[in-house]
Amino acid sequence: MDINPVFLLVTLIKIVAVIAWIYGLLRVVGHASKWVKIGGIIVAFLIVQLAISVPIGSSPILSNFDSGLLFQACTMTMVALGLNLIYGFNGQFSLGQWGFYGIGAYAAADITYRWDNYDAAGLLVAGLGVVLVGLVILMLNRILSRMRGIPVLSAFTLYLIGVIVAGAVALFIGAAIGQALTPLFGTEEAPGFLASALMAQVVFFLAVLIAGVFAAEVSFLFGLPVLTLGSDYFGIATLGFSIVINTLMVNSDTILPFPEMKGGRGMVGIPKVTNWFWAFLFLLLVIIVMRNIVHSSTGRAVMSVREDETASKAMGINVANYKLLSFVVGSLFAGIGGGVYAHYIGFLSPGTFDFLVGFNPLIIIVFGGLGSMTGTIVASFGWIFFLEGLLRVILGQMGTEAPTWRFVLYPITLLLMMLLRPQGLLGTVEWGFLRQREVKPRSREESNTVPVSIGAAPAAK
Amino acid sequence: MQQANTSKPSSFLARGSGARLAWIGKGFLIILALLALYILVKSFFANPQLFAQIVISGLQLGFVYALIALGYTMVYGIVRLINFAHGDVFMVGAFISFYAVARFRLHLWPAAAFPGMSSSLVVLIGSITVILLSMLVCAIMAVTIERVAYKPLRNAPRIAALITAIGVSFFLEFFGALNFVFSPRFIPYERPFEVVTWYISSGIHQVQAGTAPPSGAITFSNIAIIIMVASILMQLALQFLVRRTRIGKAMRATAFDKQAAQLMGINVDRIISITFAIGAAFAGLGGVLYAIAYPSIHSQLGILPGLKAFVAAVLGGIGSIPGAFVGALIMGQAESLTAGYISTPMRDAIAFTILILVLLVRPTGIFGEPEKEKA
Repeated sequence: MDINPVFLLVTLIKIVAVIAWIYGLLRVVGHASKWVKIGGIIVAFLIVQLAISVPIGSSPILSNFDSGLLFQACTMTMVALGLNLIYGFNGQFSLGQWGFYGIGAYAAADITYRWDNYDAAGLLVAGLGVVLVGLVILMLNRILSRMRGIPVLSAFTLYLIGVIVAGAVALFIGAAIGQALTPLFGTEEAPGFLASALMAQVVFFLAVLIAGVFAAEVSFLFGLPVLTLGSDYFGIATLGFSIVINTLMVNSDTILPFPEMKGGRGMVGIPKVTNWFWAFLFLLLVIIVMRNIVHSSTGRAVMSVREDETASKAMGINVANYKLLSFVVGSLFAGIGGGVYAHYIGFLSPGTFDFLVGFNPLIIIVFGGLGSMTGTIVASFGWIFFLEGLLRVILGQMGTEAPTWRFVLYPITLLLMMLLRPQGLLGTVEWGFLRQREVKPRSREESNTVPVSIGAAPAAK
Repeated sequence: MQQANTSKPSSFLARGSGARLAWIGKGFLIILALLALYILVKSFFANPQLFAQIVISGLQLGFVYALIALGYTMVYGIVRLINFAHGDVFMVGAFISFYAVARFRLHLWPAAAFPGMSSSLVVLIGSITVILLSMLVCAIMAVTIERVAYKPLRNAPRIAALITAIGVSFFLEFFGALNFVFSPRFIPYERPFEVVTWYISSGIHQVQAGTAPPSGAITFSNIAIIIMVASILMQLALQFLVRRTRIGKAMRATAFDKQAAQLMGINVDRIISITFAIGAAFAGLGGVLYAIAYPSIHSQLGILPGLKAFVAAVLGGIGSIPGAFVGALIMGQAESLTAGYISTPMRDAIAFTILILVLLVRPTGIFGEPEKEKA
């Protein structure tokens, strides 16, 4: 395959079209009228759905490969948005996002894999466990918040004990109910109600949610003590976390009791349930939740922690709580993204969650502009299409060495980007829905203050 | 959870009672420490020879980490940059020595120049030449990287420099993996000198080629000794440089306050370049010794040792030179003992868990100074 100028042009057009689609989507979601909003979302969904499914000539506009890129871009957007909440908006330099992504992917994949093999216990234990652990955390939070000056390690130990107890209870109850439900699956010849296609979709939806909440709970337990560290040390601890998670994945069949994950050989046989509907739904959910957090009083508190911890404390903001909040929500997004990804790709290997690959979300949010949601979304989509497009373009020239060449050109792009535009592609621009609603000043005198850009990137430190 | 709550205090948990619960957290850590201690003591008494053997291999690893960690800690101390490309400089050092030995037979030059020289002297001078060449190339490379990639970003936000460092690291790894550079395969490393192994069993005996040492005897090799001696010498030399010379004084001044140092007439750019060069030279030395000790190299060789050395620097308190040394020794032992007694595949996980636990107890590392409040 030679370098084909038509192919190059088509790739560029696709990137531009995707970005235009994002712009349209964000404008439509931000529209004042409810009907335009709902209709616009449906239209935005249908445009891509038609491009994927309706063939024009021999193949649809978006080939299988392209729609795969689209799903990957959606999951990457979720992960990167979560990291942007943690680092871009809250200023906590985290390298552990990829670990939470991996946790989400493996957790969701395990649930649906077991369900696929007529084992309801996986879903029940995980679901019950997540709910019970969540309840225990909330309960302990109420108790512990009444005590002043409790050392963070003691709080951590109490939470840990509570979580272990809740997990054990969930394990026993969930496994018992799961056993009882097994007959409802029927046999291979006569599948029962639980083995139907509809249940597969429902279980997928539940599994992704459970995986997200599970990742969030892990991040709560991990973040509680570690978020007390200074910025660089926090980054290193989270990097360590993502390496520990990766090691656990490699040993999931020997050290952890999950033989179906097959350790370093990679988990196969995950049902490929993710389609454009699910990817779009979860993407939209994540974007809306993210936007509503950022443009609320919570979001302003989160950003004030980034600007100056001491000053925020003086204003009565509970710095530790807001750090933890953004960390947990960011990990929730990563977990959901992982669940969606696992069911698109159908195969998970620890190599996918290697810490070197884990720099990608960080690079994306810096590319898009720290503290810019639009930048993150555009950069995620652009990055996936650009890298894959680059691969195919070089493929003609370099043959089998193409993947390596891609990673030679990619850091050079990165270096040029950092040297020429260190504030990121879009800076602090936000599109449509993601923009801060303008607050009309009451009178001329009151509006005479210096305008403050809320979403601005952290100043040089 | 230091949330101020104005609601009525519950009966059994009065407000302000939290501090009394400090023993829970301490107890948790103490139980973990006791568990580790129990495993260590038990394994020591079960088989002291094996224990000593594991400690020796841990020392060998730890001293290599120490050589790499010095570069991390120096660079961080002066420009506050996590130089992710440092591990790849280590890899380049190993490859330079590989080409010098396997392609150009550089380690045999004294024999060609002075026929009749005794073979042991040839090996000594030749190996030192190879090592010096690797150190020099690494130093030049690091200074080039610093000038091209990091210097333009000195006043940019720190994240830009960090992303650049990651980019440089990716570039070195994947450029090295190209077929006409280092190739993506594992390459058997040709040593400039033979590795000799001794065993201790009523005196020190050399292990003859093709035979195994008697079971239960402690073995050690010349490369382990060379690594330890070289690492300690370099550490002392660096201490001397930093504490006793004008350059060292300038380095300390730059690390303390860059602007003030500039006002005092110190050429800050030059000092930063020198720091990068010294760190990279140490990494190059570490790379050669590592490759001699574990003779199989490839283009991503530097990632994990680099990362662990970095963790070691953090463990000891990043920015502190003795801290990097101590941290590296702890990392080496942790890795070796975990591999020996708990589980080989889990050794990275345990090493990083130790890092996280140490950071929780001492948030700026063992030798680190408490972080200054942001101005």
